[in-house]
Amino acid sequence: MLVDNEPGVLSRVVGLFSGRGFNIDSLVVAETMDPKVSRITILTKADKLVLEQIEKQLNKLINVIKIRDVTGPEAVKREMALICVNAKSEHRAEILRIVDIFRCKVVDVGLEHYIIEVTGDEGKITALLNLLKPMGIKKIARTGPLALLREPN
Amino acid sequence: MQLTGAQILMKVMQQEGVNTIFGYPGGAVIDIYDELMKSDIRHVLVRHEQGAVHAADGYARASGKVGVCLVTSGPGATNTVTGIASAYMDSIPVVVISGQVPTHLIGNDAFQEVDIVGITRPCTKHNYLVKRIDELARTVREAFHIARSGRPGPVLIDLPKDIAIARAHYDDQAPVHLKSYNPTYNPNKKQLMKVVELIEAAERPVVFAGGGIILSKAAQELTAFAQKAKMPVTTSLMGLGGFPATDPLWLGMIGMHGTYRANMSIGNCDLLISIGVRFDDRVTGKTDAFASQAKIVHIDIDPTSIRKNIPVTIPVVGDCKNSLEHLNRLIENADLKDLSARRQPWLDQIEEWKNTKPLAYEQKDTIKPQFVVEKLYELTEGKAIVTTEVGQNQMWTAQYYHFDKPNHFITSGGLGCMGFGLPAAIGAQMACPDKLVVDVAGDGSIQMNIQEMATAVQNCLPIKIIILNNGYLGMVRQWQELFYDKRYACTCMDHAPDFVKLAEAYGAVGLRATRPDEVEQVLKEGLSIAKPVIMDFVVEKEESVYPMVPAGAPITEMLLV
Repeated sequence: MLVDNEPGVLSRVVGLFSGRGFNIDSLVVAETMDPKVSRITILTKADKLVLEQIEKQLNKLINVIKIRDVTGPEAVKREMALICVNAKSEHRAEILRIVDIFRCKVVDVGLEHYIIEVTGDEGKITALLNLLKPMGIKKIARTGPLALLREPN
Repeated sequence: MQLTGAQILMKVMQQEGVNTIFGYPGGAVIDIYDELMKSDIRHVLVRHEQGAVHAADGYARASGKVGVCLVTSGPGATNTVTGIASAYMDSIPVVVISGQVPTHLIGNDAFQEVDIVGITRPCTKHNYLVKRIDELARTVREAFHIARSGRPGPVLIDLPKDIAIARAHYDDQAPVHLKSYNPTYNPNKKQLMKVVELIEAAERPVVFAGGGIILSKAAQELTAFAQKAKMPVTTSLMGLGGFPATDPLWLGMIGMHGTYRANMSIGNCDLLISIGVRFDDRVTGKTDAFASQAKIVHIDIDPTSIRKNIPVTIPVVGDCKNSLEHLNRLIENADLKDLSARRQPWLDQIEEWKNTKPLAYEQKDTIKPQFVVEKLYELTEGKAIVTTEVGQNQMWTAQYYHFDKPNHFITSGGLGCMGFGLPAAIGAQMACPDKLVVDVAGDGSIQMNIQEMATAVQNCLPIKIIILNNGYLGMVRQWQELFYDKRYACTCMDHAPDFVKLAEAYGAVGLRATRPDEVEQVLKEGLSIAKPVIMDFVVEKEESVYPMVPAGAPITEMLLV
């Protein structure tokens, strides 16, 4: 959704979810090319009627400019994660192989850890996490999905 | 033209047609008050800021205009929250201007600082913190526009002290710029044509109207609509007066304390045309059983009201008045022949419900509260503006004062806010100086904003307060009687003040009736005095409001007398 880039707008959006008992699974906010406008991407899970209410209630906020459901294939979705994984000497080569297969990057190296940057859809990140789990994941930071509708051909 | 913030505020308010505001001064708004005194806007000094918002709310409901109140920062602002929440639930256009500490102190825990924009975010339609003087004029204009348009509601403007004294160029033409706020006034015609088809086919239709009829000034259109298509009408509490209660098609109020015939009609109708309602739980009872045999049409300007609580056959987003005008035109051309004959069995059935299970009470040795309201109705010929507090007094007024016109019944419906009636009566009397304004109160709720008696006396507002004094928080006591084995936990209000002496202490008039034969005399005398009057009716202590639908039960399952 596009919203006015003003103080308090995020609070209105988030407050609407908590006040009405809707869930937020993830939330991404940043300014667009127009500094007066921000784009918010929210991941929420609910049945059809509740989704309809969420959309209508968000639309009712004065600062919400536009809202779209980007669940379907008409939108491109990406998520990024930074994963700090234990990297003892016996695992280092294996981790790098996985990094290579998944086309991600090692962005920080220590004697006993790597920090890996990965971008992709939710499935790819989950798959990567599953492979890294045996080595021991120390920390993780995920953005939650970002989405953009594809342009018409 | 260079003006100060306070001057700009006055200019815009005058442009917006404000001539009365309700308020209470304080450090952060001294500059605004200083300017206010130089303007021709009338200020009503309340005794507590909650009273200011309720008064602005009552003013708005009686006049159909935006009510305005002005309070200081910190406690002044927090005291408005209950009033704002009440106006929000009932969609009443109110603009609240709160002072704020100077911008450089915001966030510093300064004296009398509170984040009122944060606090009121979930109970305002929109709110603003004005951080720059050059945004002030536009902000105030937007606030009024948002408050009164679409589904109306309260808007708060938080105005820091330094903005009130800063100077800026004032442009009296600067337009409102709200790119994404465009309420849908005009309904979809195709949807309305489907509605007409349903009306043509229906055997047992009911119209269910709500506060949206009053807010969009659609009472005439609603009456024409129901009469043309011979459909009986019920309303929610908020819709009372939206359809004449003396019309033969009137069913009485719907819901938890609705009439037998209204609730039974909902249970048995095959078409429910709901207009300007939001299907509150006090209306629907158990939602699965609500109008379960009916196709449901829902017309409302707020899309979120539609399909929120009740599934709908035909949703129509649009203004009530616009939609009814279109519908009336369509019905004009529709094939409704034999309508009278076709509707008759349904109307006969309703008449039978009416006759077998009417609203009833028995007047014996002690004064029955219903009797007081009924007498009030007779003596005022149904023409008074009546405000209420919340609880039994509110329900008996809704049941026994039969409103024929909109904007005459003023009550805190959604929030159910005790202490509403007295300040709302003050606001209504300011809006309509020539009308009789009566607050029907209980001995509990009148004490929640009793301090506003001083406001009424100071401003020579001849409002009449009727206290149905049963010494209990009656509605809660009623629930305890019915559902908690008569364990009256903390609902007995012993040690109430002597309301007659209290009235006199405020410089008003106090009267009392303790026997049924005194009721008429006290009402006649009280209503004829051109000053604020408190009439204390000592009524039956354990009288209950019936019919009653227990919370969560289908509305056709009523406890009757």
